[in-house]
Amino acid sequence: MERKTSVHAEDGKQELTITREFDLPVELLFKAYTESDILSQWMGTKVLKLENRKHGGWQFETSDPGGKVVFRANGVIHEFIPGRKITRTFEMENTPFEAQLEFLEFEKLTDDTSRLNMHIVYRSVALRDQTLKLPFTWGINMAHNRLQTVLNKIKDTL
Amino acid sequence: MRLRRDVFQAIADPTRRAILLLVASQSMTAGAIASNFTTARPTVSKHLQILTECELLKSEQNGREIYYRLNHHKIREIAAFIEPFRQMWDERFNKLESIMKKHKPKKA
Repeated sequence: MERKTSVHAEDGKQELTITREFDLPVELLFKAYTESDILSQWMGTKVLKLENRKHGGWQFETSDPGGKVVFRANGVIHEFIPGRKITRTFEMENTPFEAQLEFLEFEKLTDDTSRLNMHIVYRSVALRDQTLKLPFTWGINMAHNRLQTVLNKIKDTL
Repeated sequence: MRLRRDVFQAIADPTRRAILLLVASQSMTAGAIASNFTTARPTVSKHLQILTECELLKSEQNGREIYYRLNHHKIREIAAFIEPFRQMWDERFNKLESIMKKHKPKKA
């Protein structure tokens, strides 16, 4: 299995970096982050709001097939440089997790390839480590309501 | 000690993650698990087999039925590791890449 995406998280630090190279021109990579319908496809979430400008806001929401909201996150865009950089906050609603700061840098490698560098800063080391344990439960297609009720239980065991 | 790669491949699949969630709170038979999915029964059986081989599930014979339950110890082992987080982003970025590749001709 090819490891195209790398995550670097040093022990005892309240930050991490995610790096990925794409077989895409940097313009297309950036577009995938700024157009609501495209973003919703690859993030697997509904985009309620996406204001691509300095001091703009964003909000994502994911529902189960029954229409019940299972995940909602929002934040504010602090810096927006088209084709190059997005600085934003990210906060999951209705969770004990506090806002995190994200620096997204889009880099041109060749005309047809690009690299994304995501630098995420958390309030504390503990918060970072807790957040790292969450993805196991994310992105699951809630095929049945029962899955939702056990979701909280498994979170406790992690 | 580094975990075997197949464990991570096992939890990369959304149906298998859903199965793990189902059996998190109680032991279930293969039939009961399958009834939660629209997927064909043999496909669910294959998922159960993979999860059992990776020790994410434990199976116990109870009378004529085999019950599956979550191996919490193994789950914790993985949870402490960064790999699931990486996998989540890798999946998302793979999707992004394939969507934007199709997007390309329209733009040109």
